[in-house]
Amino acid sequence: MRRLLFLLPVAVFLAVIAGFMAGLRHDPSVLPSMLIGKPLPTFALAPMRPGEQGLASAELTGEPVMVNVFASWCAVCKEEHPMLMALRSQGVKIVGLDWREDAGAGARWLEANGDPYVRAGNDASGRAGIDMGVSGAPETFIVDRQGRVRYRQVGEITPEVWSQTLAPLMARLRAES
Amino acid sequence: MRRLTLAAAAALALAAPAFAVTPDEQLRDPKLEARARALSQELRCLVCQNQSIDDSTAPLAHDLRVILRERLAAGDSDRQAVDYLVARYGDFVLLKPPFQPDTWALWLGPLAVLLAGGAGAAIYLRARARAGEAPLSAAEEAEAARLMATQDKLD
Amino acid sequence: MTAEVGQFALILAFLLAITQAAAPLWGAQRGEPVLMALGRAAALLQAGFVVLAFVCLAASYVACDFSVALVAEHSNSQQPLAYRIAATWGSHEGSMLLWVLILAIYGAGVAWFGSSLRETLQARVLGVQGLIGVAFLGFLIFTSNPFLRLSPAPLEGTELNPLLQDPGLVSHPPLLYLGYVGFSTAFAFAVAALIEGRVDAAWARWVRPWVLAAWIPLTAGITLGSLWAYYELGWGGWWFWDPVENASLMPWLLGTALLHSALVLERRGALVSWTILLCILTFSLSLIGTFLVRSGILTSVHAFAVDPQRGIYILGIIAVTTGAALCLYAWRAPALRTGALFAPLSREGGVTLNNLFLTALAATVFLGTFSPVFIELLGKDKISVGPPYYARTFAPLAIPLLALVVFGPMLNWKRDRVTAVLKRVRIPAGLAAAALLVALVTVGWKGAIAAAGLALAAWLVAGGVAIPARRWWAGRADLARSLRTTPRGILGLSISHAGLGLLVLGITGVTAWHSDKVLTMHPGEQTAFAGRTITLDSVGLADGPNYQARQSRFAIAGRGGPYELIAERRAYATSQTTEAAIHVSPLGNLYISSGDEQDGGVVVRLWDHPLVVWIWIGGFVMAFGGLVSLSDRRLRLGAPARAPARIADPVPAPAE
Repeated sequence: MRRLLFLLPVAVFLAVIAGFMAGLRHDPSVLPSMLIGKPLPTFALAPMRPGEQGLASAELTGEPVMVNVFASWCAVCKEEHPMLMALRSQGVKIVGLDWREDAGAGARWLEANGDPYVRAGNDASGRAGIDMGVSGAPETFIVDRQGRVRYRQVGEITPEVWSQTLAPLMARLRAES
Repeated sequence: MRRLTLAAAAALALAAPAFAVTPDEQLRDPKLEARARALSQELRCLVCQNQSIDDSTAPLAHDLRVILRERLAAGDSDRQAVDYLVARYGDFVLLKPPFQPDTWALWLGPLAVLLAGGAGAAIYLRARARAGEAPLSAAEEAEAARLMATQDKLD
Repeated sequence: MTAEVGQFALILAFLLAITQAAAPLWGAQRGEPVLMALGRAAALLQAGFVVLAFVCLAASYVACDFSVALVAEHSNSQQPLAYRIAATWGSHEGSMLLWVLILAIYGAGVAWFGSSLRETLQARVLGVQGLIGVAFLGFLIFTSNPFLRLSPAPLEGTELNPLLQDPGLVSHPPLLYLGYVGFSTAFAFAVAALIEGRVDAAWARWVRPWVLAAWIPLTAGITLGSLWAYYELGWGGWWFWDPVENASLMPWLLGTALLHSALVLERRGALVSWTILLCILTFSLSLIGTFLVRSGILTSVHAFAVDPQRGIYILGIIAVTTGAALCLYAWRAPALRTGALFAPLSREGGVTLNNLFLTALAATVFLGTFSPVFIELLGKDKISVGPPYYARTFAPLAIPLLALVVFGPMLNWKRDRVTAVLKRVRIPAGLAAAALLVALVTVGWKGAIAAAGLALAAWLVAGGVAIPARRWWAGRADLARSLRTTPRGILGLSISHAGLGLLVLGITGVTAWHSDKVLTMHPGEQTAFAGRTITLDSVGLADGPNYQARQSRFAIAGRGGPYELIAERRAYATSQTTEAAIHVSPLGNLYISSGDEQDGGVVVRLWDHPLVVWIWIGGFVMAFGGLVSLSDRRLRLGAPARAPARIADPVPAPAE
C-alpha cells in the first residue's frame, strides 16, 4: 500500500506526458465552430460594387457551396487566392464574404488578383462574419444543400487541405439528396 | 495555421499601439458602461494570447466590445449578453470556464489537492505517532490479550 | 571565425558533459577516486568552454557579424550596444545557450565548492548534472545551433523586437534562468541521494543553500518581470496569469515549499521523502514550464508545426529526466529512513501545512495552465482559462496560507501549546486588529474586504518584525548588538515574511481602489482624475536612437503635484510601442498612456494605481531576505562541515 503511494507521482507524470505527446500531434487550427449542423445565420450583404447583386444567406441552398471569408488586408488570403482560382476553374461553387473593410477595397483587390467567386458580398461592419463565429481571415465554411454548415476550415486552403479534407466532403455533399 | 498574420496581430496587440477601450465606444450611462467593462474583462480576445477584449487592441476585440454594449443597451441581462457571444464563438470566448463535466477537475482540483494532501498528511502523521510509541514486547502482548480476554468474560 | 570558435567550444563542452555524466557515476559505484576526480575536472572544463561559446556569441552581436544567422535575425547596427548584448539571450537559441551556461556554472560550483561533501555524493551530483548538461547541449547543438552562418551575409540585420529593447530584458531572463536552472542542483542532489539510498543532515545542509541560491534570483526575476510588464506593455497590469508567467510561478511555489521543508529536514531529519519529491518536482516544473509553454503547446502550437523536432526533443528530455527520477523515487524512497516524530502543533507541523497549501497553489496554476490542452484532447470543447478562474481558486487558497505565515516561525520544534503560541503572536495580532479598525473607519463597510487585506498586510509585516524583536526583548541587549548576534537565517526569514506583507499591501491597494479613465484630449485641455487635475500641454515629435517618438506632455496638479509627465508612442522601423508616463509614489502611481490621434486630439488613458509600488518592493524585499539568509555563516558554501545537526533544539528558540 505504502509502495503504491510512492508510485503515484510516476503515474500522474506519465499521464501528463502522454497528454502533452497527444497535444503535440493535435492540430491547433481546428477551432470548434458553433455552427456545425446548423443553418447559416441570416445575412444579406451589400454588393461589392454599386449596382451589382449582394450575397444573402437565403440564396445559399440547393447545392453545396463554400463560403470563403476574405479581405484585402489579409496577407494569407493572397496566398490562398491561386488555389481558389484553380477551384473555380474546376467548377467548385465558392462565394465570397469580404470581411471588415469597405466594399471598394475588396472590389479593387478582386480586380487586381482575379475573382474566384460566383457571388460575393461585402460585410463592412463585420457583423455577418461575427454571427458566423469568424475570428480572422481566411476562413471557409462548407454549406450543404439544405443550407446547413457542415465544416469550417480555419486558415488557408492549401492543396493538401483541399485534397484530403474538403474535396471528399464536397463530393459527399453533392451525393446527398 | 497561417492566416491574417495572427501571430503578428497578437504581438502588435501586446505592443498596444492603439487603445483598448476608446472614448467613442463607451456608453453614456455610467452604470451600463461599468457593467460592460466588467463583462468584457471576462471575455477572451479570440485572436490574442490570453488577453481579455477589454485589454486588447485587436479590431475583432473592438467589435465584440461594441456588440456587448449594444446588447446591454438593448436591455440584455449580463448573462444574455455573454450568451450571445458564446452562441457564436463557444466556450472558448469565456475567460472563466463554465462549470461542466469536462471542467470539474479544473474547478475542483485545487480544493481536492488540498483536502487529499491534508488527509494524507494527517493519516501519515497519526500512523507515525502510533508507531512511534514503544511497541509492545511479545510478553506484554500476551499479557494484554489475557487481560482483554478476562474483560470479555466479565462482560 | 568567432562563431566557429564558439561552435567548437560547444562541441567540446558536449563531449566534456558526457565525461562528466559517465565518469563520476561509474567512479562512485566502483569507489574509484580517479574517475570521481575526472568528473570534477570535466565539470570545471565544461563550464569554461560553455562560457567561451557564450562570449563568442555575444562578441558576434557586439561586432554586428550579420553572417551569423542568429545575429542577423535579432539585431541591427542601429541598435544600442547594450541591447545588442542583451539580444544574445533574446532569441530561442541564445536563451538556450544562456540556460546551458548557467547549468554549467552551477555544475562547476558543485565541483569547486563541494570538497567538504562526501566524495561519492559529490560525484553522483556531478554525474546527474552532467546528464542534464548532455541533454541540453545536445538539444542546442542538434536542433537550435546558435552559430549557423548565412551565405551571403546580409548587410544589415533585423531589429530585435522593440518590446524587448529595455533594461528589463537585460536582467529579467538571466534572473529567471538562474532560478530555473538553480533547481537542477537540488534535483541532482535528490537523485544522487536516491542512488545512494541515504539522506543525512550533511545532505540537507548542502541542498538548502542551493535551493536558496535558485529561489532568490527566481523571486527577483518574477518581480522584475511583473514590473517590466507594468511599465512596458502600456496598460498598467502587473500580473496577467499568462502561461509564460505561470511557468515561472509554478516552480516558485514549489521552490518556496522546498525551502521550508528542507529546513525541517536539516534541523529535524523529518519530511525526508517529501523533500526529495519536491526537489524532483520543482525542477520538472521549471522544465515543463519554460519549454512547453515557450514552444507553444498552449497558445500558438504553430511553433511545433514549424519545427516539431524541437518539441519532441524537449518533451523527450522532460520525460526521461523526470520519469527516471520519479521511477528511482518509487523504487528507493520507501526505504529511506523516516525522520524524527513531531506533534501536529509544532514547527514541523506548520511547515507541513505550508507545504500543503503551496502544493495546492502550484496544482491550481498547473490545472489552469494546462487543462485547456487536456480538455481539448478529451472532447471537442475548447476552453480558455483566465484571471477570473484564478480569482476564484488561487486567491481562496492563498489567503489562508498568508494568514498562517506569521504562526510558523513562532512555533516550537517537536510540540507546542496553543495558548503559548497565541500569546507569542499577540502583538502582531493586536497591530493587525488596529489596522483593520482604522481601515474600516476610513473606508467603511463597503471596503471591508480591502480593510481585511490591509490588516493581513499589517499582520505579516508585524509578524516578520516580531521575530528579531522577540529575541531582542528576551535578551535585554541593546538593539544593534541584538541584531548583530541574531543569526542571518533568522533575519532573512523575518525580512522575507515582512516583504510578503508589503506585497499583500500593494495587491490590496491596487485591486480594491484602482480607477481609470479614457478620453480624447486636445493640447491645452484639462481633466479631473482621482484627485488630480491633468492638463495636456503639448504634443510633439522627438527622435530616439533607432525610433521616432510622438511625445504628449502632461502637467499634473494636486496629489503630490505639480509635476510633468511625458507619454510616448515610439515608431520603430518595424513596429510601434507605447511608453507610458508613470508618476511613482508610495501612496499610488499615476499612469498615463497616449494612443491614436482622434479628431485632432490624442486618445489618452489615465490610471490611478494606489499602493501598487509595494508589490514590487515586497517582491524585492523577499529576495533580499533570501540573500541575507544565504549569507548566514552556517549556510555559506564551502563552510567546513559541522558536526551532525542537532536532532533536537535544547532551547525552544525561534530559529529560522
